Amino acid sequence: MSASAVHSLWTTAADPISKIDAPKIEYGQLSPTLIVIGAAIVGILVEAFVPRKSRYYVQMFVSVVALTAAFAAVVGLATSGYGTTKAGIAAMGAIAVDGPALFLQGTILLAGLVGLFTFAERRLDPEAHGNRVDSFAAQAASVPGSDSEQAAVKAGFTTTEVFPLLLFAIGGMLIFPSANDLLTLFVALEVFSLPLYLLCALARRKRLMSQEAAVKYFLLGAFASAFTLFGIALLYGYAGSVSYGTIAQVVDGTVKDVNPALADTMGNDVLLLIGAAMIVMGLLFKVGAVPFHMWTPDVYQGAPTPVTGFMAAATKVAAFGALLRLLYVVLPGLRWDWRPVMMGIAVVTMLGGAVVAITQTDIKRLLAYSSIAHAGFILAGVIAMTPDGVSSVLFYLGAYSFVTIGAFAVVTLVRDAGGEATHLSKWAGLGRRSPLVAAVFAVFLLAFAGIPLTSGFAGKFAVFKAAAEGGAGTLVVVGVISSAIAAFFYIRVIVLMFFSEPRPDGPTVAVPSPLTMTAIGVGVAVTVVLGVAPQYFLDLANQAGVFVR
Amino acid sequence: MSFPLLTATAALPALGAIATAAVPAARRTMAKWLALIVSLATLVLAAIVLVRFDPAGDRYQLTESRAWIADFGVRYELGVDGIAVALIALTALLIPFVILAGWHDADPLETGNTRWRPTQGFFALILAVEAMVIISFEATDVFLFYIFFEAMLIPMYFLIGGFGDRAHEHGEETASTQRSYAAVKFLLYNLVGGLIMLAAVIGLYVVAGNFSLTEIAEARANGSLDMATNTERWLFLGFFFAFAVKAPLWPLHTWLPNAMGEATTPVAVLITAVVDKVGTFAMLRFCLQLFPEASKWATPVILVLALISIIYGALLAVGQRDIKRLVAYASISHFGFIILGIFAMTSQGQSGATLYMVNHGISTAALMLVAGFLISRRGSRLIADYGGVQKVAPVLAGTFLIGGLATLSLPGLAPFVSEFLVLVGTYARYPVVGIIATFGIVLAALYVLVLYQRTMTGPVKPEVAEMPDLRVRELVVVTPLIVLLIFLGVYPKPLTDIVNPAVKQTMSDVQKKDPQPEVEAAK
Repeated sequence: MSASAVHSLWTTAADPISKIDAPKIEYGQLSPTLIVIGAAIVGILVEAFVPRKSRYYVQMFVSVVALTAAFAAVVGLATSGYGTTKAGIAAMGAIAVDGPALFLQGTILLAGLVGLFTFAERRLDPEAHGNRVDSFAAQAASVPGSDSEQAAVKAGFTTTEVFPLLLFAIGGMLIFPSANDLLTLFVALEVFSLPLYLLCALARRKRLMSQEAAVKYFLLGAFASAFTLFGIALLYGYAGSVSYGTIAQVVDGTVKDVNPALADTMGNDVLLLIGAAMIVMGLLFKVGAVPFHMWTPDVYQGAPTPVTGFMAAATKVAAFGALLRLLYVVLPGLRWDWRPVMMGIAVVTMLGGAVVAITQTDIKRLLAYSSIAHAGFILAGVIAMTPDGVSSVLFYLGAYSFVTIGAFAVVTLVRDAGGEATHLSKWAGLGRRSPLVAAVFAVFLLAFAGIPLTSGFAGKFAVFKAAAEGGAGTLVVVGVISSAIAAFFYIRVIVLMFFSEPRPDGPTVAVPSPLTMTAIGVGVAVTVVLGVAPQYFLDLANQAGVFVR
Repeated sequence: MSFPLLTATAALPALGAIATAAVPAARRTMAKWLALIVSLATLVLAAIVLVRFDPAGDRYQLTESRAWIADFGVRYELGVDGIAVALIALTALLIPFVILAGWHDADPLETGNTRWRPTQGFFALILAVEAMVIISFEATDVFLFYIFFEAMLIPMYFLIGGFGDRAHEHGEETASTQRSYAAVKFLLYNLVGGLIMLAAVIGLYVVAGNFSLTEIAEARANGSLDMATNTERWLFLGFFFAFAVKAPLWPLHTWLPNAMGEATTPVAVLITAVVDKVGTFAMLRFCLQLFPEASKWATPVILVLALISIIYGALLAVGQRDIKRLVAYASISHFGFIILGIFAMTSQGQSGATLYMVNHGISTAALMLVAGFLISRRGSRLIADYGGVQKVAPVLAGTFLIGGLATLSLPGLAPFVSEFLVLVGTYARYPVVGIIATFGIVLAALYVLVLYQRTMTGPVKPEVAEMPDLRVRELVVVTPLIVLLIFLGVYPKPLTDIVNPAVKQTMSDVQKKDPQPEVEAAK
């Protein structure tokens, strides 16, 4: 860069600024996010001012109202055409309000609401000193096994902060798939990641494992964030802007005004390729694609199970939403470069997840690897690069998230003296003792395996069809093979539950409150309805399949 | 719109399954009767289908068509041709016998556990399988067919793995392990087959744009849908693989002896007499119609595989020590005949194959169910544990013999007609293949008669001396089957009248004409 160019940087910055335009904010179109974040802030105030005894109920009330209202706002926006004809860019170009964004926001909000019910469950653990307890540590700051921990348990403390934390995470997730510039993307990434790191550390039982999981998640997540941020910097150098639309124009070579300060680097393909690769890497980390999946099993296993369920469902939805927008809006001009790479990643993700899952002996780790395999299936739809690809991914995400939350909710029910009995050997003969719970879990497993008449099959068919039509037939073949491998370990769990003799020291199935029952019931209902009559939701996803640019 | 008869025929057992599953734990007997009544009502509906079907009419009759998943190009389309009608009737006919034969198979060992309801589950699963099998015979939409073709694995899997013979020579622990091994093997084989077919189903959609069998077949026939030769062959292989696993064809057959050996006898009948027929039926309906050129291309290899199935299955049946496994290997041999008849591409061969599906269902059901009654009396599946049964239980031995003779295709019993047609049809086009296949019959005589000789004749073994003869319930099961075997053996016309027009249609799909006798050709 020449000296004068550097100098011009300083001089343009020093120009007197005559007038700052007041930013124009479309509060109506942003209302879902605003409601959730506002409620999260109210939740913090509740922690500060409401007496300890009634916090749980107040927090529950605030969260449920907020999520319901936000969902109503999404539905309102969608019905008034913001998903299709009136789709546009809001908040000074920072947020896109379009079909995919609204569809994913609706999915995240519903998943969040169902997840919230599992967070609020207080009937599974035996009462401690006459107080009902949930899945979260009595006092997060007390050292595991210490006197202060015991004192906290005795005093009946509960970590009601989980509710505002959950709301913040949901707020970030709502922005993530609708972010229309790279900085908003990064801010949203951090807004939903940080509460999740915290939530992972808050398990009531097996606290050391939980904290270890949180540290791992945080460290690896911080790396991924750093990659993303560095990629953003490089892309800014390449395009002179962080806005999706402008970057896409530069990629296409149709840019109008060139930023003089960046004249030397603009259009430098090295910056583009490395920058794009780094951002995509960060997103692939969040969806848990191989080779960025290492955190998934440890975190899924260590985190409190309600958190795992929520995280597995909603994070995937948000991150795939962001990935879709990035690839379809910003980088379509680059697709001949990224498609082969993404195909490779999809192949290793499908196969890797399915193969490693076979050797797992812990139900939560098994579901973690299964979620990796599913990330691979979804990637097959992403790679299609057709409107069908978008809508199939949207449909898959919706179908998958409810199965996941339901499955993890069932995991919370199977308990022995040490809390949840997650080791697979303890699940032997569950079908004899509690046929209903085992049958429900079998339904979820069959949906994961993609057996017809479940939502999993409809989703899998949609993404494979999109991939085949998009010219990625290889992915379909690999997908089918890894489905067969995956079927093996899902079936193994079913065999264990139904055909093995119950162990005398086996776990018992806790009778949950209506909260968890609702979560599981919603999961089963969505699984069956989307499996038998998916047309309505496919239509919805189809209408939502166009990105605004 | 007229009454949706085909939907009702499939929906009735499905609803019956739900109702049966919901019966309280203490009311076991009520669940059994409910299942039996539902299956009989389904039989009535199937009979109405049979009566309303006009063999001289359109190819697909009683059709129903509704929008379903427009996004996937999928419609809810049902329709039956003669082949489907015959197989629906077979299914609806056999299920009541399966239920009756399994009357006590699923009684809970332990009483007191009020949540565990194996009896209700057993009969509900049987009805669920019936519903899915019937709808896969009716579906004229490839996707609709695929869904139930796959979904039927799940109830079958629970039937095989969840319920086994009470008495087992190695004790309950081993039995349970072997059972779940057999169930998993069954499921994995069929699931892999089904998933490969899924890839082909998606491929078909990419090529054709919809899933309607009639539309695609018509487009293929009038040339408006052109498939590249390689595409067609790959798609054909994808479909055929799944059906060959289900049927089962050598070398994909190894799950069948395990599954039939470990499952309870009624379930074994369900597998071989009902569920496996979907595989051979689908070869006729989907492989030949959708991919006629590729079917002709693959014929030599398939004929060889079918021949191997016939001979290999029969040879292994001769060597079996276990009665149920013997019947399983005999079935593999018979499925070889069916597939041979289908791919001989003559109308006699295909008529024979279709008749064979029905007759094999009835004869195997008769043989297997009587064998099951025998096994339940002694508590052993090993042939060596029996001897001289005909002196203590003459009726049992007599019915066993008739079932066995039907299996070896004795003239006068139904399977003879079909086997003869298959052989004649094959000989007309592929004389060498026809001659080799005939050895299958010789071997069949060997394994059936040796089985009878070892178990029923000779000195009475002390363990079987007290063996009671067939009870009323068991006679109710066996007698109608035997009557039917004799009736269709002497007078197969009602069946051939229904089947033949459909076979002619299929033949014209693959544009094959029957080879003319050489004398005429010489003129």
